[in-house]
Amino acid sequence: MTTPSPLPAIQPSQSDISVLTTRFPEKINPDSRSGYSGWVVDKTQLLAFASALRDELGYDYLSSVTAVDYLPQDQIEVVYHAYKTTGGPGIVFKVQVPRASEVEIPSLVSVYPGAELQEREAWDLFGVKFTGHPDLRRILMWEGFAGHPLRKDWHEPYFEEDAKPLKSRWPEGHPVKAESRNKYGDNIAYPDGFEPQNKTFDPEKALYDALQRNSPDELGLSTDRIILNMGPQHPSTHGVFRIAVLLDGEKVINLKPVMGYLHRNHEKIGERNTFIMNIPYTDRLDYLSSMSNNFGYALAVEKLMNVKPPERAEFIRVIMAEMTRISNHLMAIGALLNDLGAYFTPMLYSLEERELILDIFEAVAGSRMMCNYFRFGGVSRDLPEGALQKIKDLAFERLPRKMDEIERFLSENEIIRSRGIGQGVLTAENAIRFSAAGPLLRASGIPYDIRRAEPYSIYDRFEFDVAVRQNGDIYDRLMVRFEEIRQSIRIIQQAVKKMPEGPVMALKPMYQVRVPPGESYGRVEGPKGELGFYIVSNGKPNPWRYHVRAPSFINLTAFGPMCIGQKVADVVAVLGSIDIVLGEVDR
Amino acid sequence: MDTNEPNASGVDIPPEMQGQVAITSLDKVYNWGRSASVWPMMFGLACCAIEMICAAASRYDIARFGMEVMRPSPRQSDLMIVSGTVTKKMMPIIVRLYNQMPEPKYVLAMGACASGGGPFKEGYNVVSGVDKFVPVDVYVPGCPPTPQALLNGLMKIQEKIRGESIKGSRWYQKGGDMAEIPVPLLGPDLIDLRKAADLKTGEKV
Repeated sequence: MTTPSPLPAIQPSQSDISVLTTRFPEKINPDSRSGYSGWVVDKTQLLAFASALRDELGYDYLSSVTAVDYLPQDQIEVVYHAYKTTGGPGIVFKVQVPRASEVEIPSLVSVYPGAELQEREAWDLFGVKFTGHPDLRRILMWEGFAGHPLRKDWHEPYFEEDAKPLKSRWPEGHPVKAESRNKYGDNIAYPDGFEPQNKTFDPEKALYDALQRNSPDELGLSTDRIILNMGPQHPSTHGVFRIAVLLDGEKVINLKPVMGYLHRNHEKIGERNTFIMNIPYTDRLDYLSSMSNNFGYALAVEKLMNVKPPERAEFIRVIMAEMTRISNHLMAIGALLNDLGAYFTPMLYSLEERELILDIFEAVAGSRMMCNYFRFGGVSRDLPEGALQKIKDLAFERLPRKMDEIERFLSENEIIRSRGIGQGVLTAENAIRFSAAGPLLRASGIPYDIRRAEPYSIYDRFEFDVAVRQNGDIYDRLMVRFEEIRQSIRIIQQAVKKMPEGPVMALKPMYQVRVPPGESYGRVEGPKGELGFYIVSNGKPNPWRYHVRAPSFINLTAFGPMCIGQKVADVVAVLGSIDIVLGEVDR
Repeated sequence: MDTNEPNASGVDIPPEMQGQVAITSLDKVYNWGRSASVWPMMFGLACCAIEMICAAASRYDIARFGMEVMRPSPRQSDLMIVSGTVTKKMMPIIVRLYNQMPEPKYVLAMGACASGGGPFKEGYNVVSGVDKFVPVDVYVPGCPPTPQALLNGLMKIQEKIRGESIKGSRWYQKGGDMAEIPVPLLGPDLIDLRKAADLKTGEKV
């Protein structure tokens, strides 16, 4: 093990700083808290600052928007991470406002439309009102829910204690059932004086109003429009996703994604857990690709802890992440074909290969889907005997052959071509504006891949091409995934050849890791796109803030604009081509 | 099931008629047919749904049990596999789907979340198990249960079906307990209408 040098914090280049500070004197200041980086922007200058950032400095891609509730400092902070799609490090900027039951901050949707869903999330969970937001409704909880759950002083019905390990469980261990601690004996709580008998509840009204708004009748005729709800129980929505569509005949006039049906409070639970307890929870985010979720979280915490995993662990991580990408894309291709009407047969081809990859995961990590394999400073255990040979057989023999076969079946298929080519187009410009990530972005002609743009782990040592297609339609998204599988196979082939011997953990295995105070944003190129973890530590065993920048969730920002003007049957195909997983959309 | 099994009434069949005639009870042959054609609802909630798909794929092949016909409509399905975390926002829909299923109907709670909240139990939007609202026949543990575990759970459902009797089954009785489960409301929190009268007092219900 070598002593690692401190990793560079996110810092814009020197020339950028001078432009920013001269333009807004006194209004922007470097964040001077220890362990923090970036800029604190005055909220009156936020819009001007963001416009300058985008138009003059080229930070055209808003990766993440989230809020942090600094209860001891009596402050709410909204944190933005912006990047350049040409590559390189990003910039962090923040807006701080005093804490109140509702705080107001100007919305950035007019500058970065990709902020739309993320700002709604911050409103829902933190009570940050974004003035100027076109459609500020609750997104994960329902309209009418009491409170903003991620506020630090908001306690859920089963609340026991602020931080784990809970005193009732450890060290003595006298657990009390959560049901017996709640006066209703159930996971519910109502405001004081609440009497359900005298109330009517209509959580849907706001949605239907939003759907009708800004949808003018082009011809000025009073034609009948139909609101169609697809989901949450619908075979094409890949889970419990709901789409509300306003239709004129078969044409989509407006479309709103409705989510939150699988909102299982990942972030609230994550802020109570100790750092290491969150790893199994990250498995359940995007449950098709648990290994790469582990990767992103491990990176973010390792940045704070300033540890570097040993060589062998890095290779194992890369191999596992790329295998995850292959299995995820196989599933995505199968599901897209399902949505196009080829009922389950292509899926069977995909699942056959996926099972072989899951076998390796089971051998390596002990579980097929929820691998829980990464640790801070390495991986939990070394590859078992024979696993490497299995990986080699897959990467050199079986997968390339099978991918040729599947691609031969699909890429020239008449139905796929006629339903895919030219449908659901997302232009390159829009893809950046809506913060689309991953295959969705690359199919629109933007060769942006974090493995290349800002290499993490040891990705700078491998030879691979960034898969990119130019048209941004459903067919291109399918073909980008094929290409990415091939590139992943290439990376695995190189990695197994170069893999060194040695330890797989840089640190001693420990029950609780010590994480110095500060913030960090770790991002990886997950199979669905840029997966980021924003973590704030205050030196205690639990993260103060734990936020997931979920690619499936943010990719849905572009879903509505892609579908407007299409036929209703294409909505299903477009959704299939975005490739969402509800565990990650709703968290 | 052995194909000779329906022919187990104990009545002697003359040798020349064996293979052409079977004497059995109505219950037995009826349940035999039902248990070998349980149609699950195509209804995936979370991670467990992926393992459910795997159970339907070639390696585990749910079709061996006559269950490969996944119906997207509750009106055509016999079995609801609750495959994943049940959230408060989803609960009204699950109850509505359950009400829409024709009887006889069965519910299988797949995985830790559906059985009791699982790792997400403490969450503010999570219902501690689907059995708080709909009756569950079989619980399958695991997070997520492997396809083998799911198949085992489905075989338990089959076992249960085979043990039922037309005479005793609730849904063939006059005045049986056929009432629909009231669909919960989404107010400031989830409102279970069966308990709504007690909410006012805030007493333990």
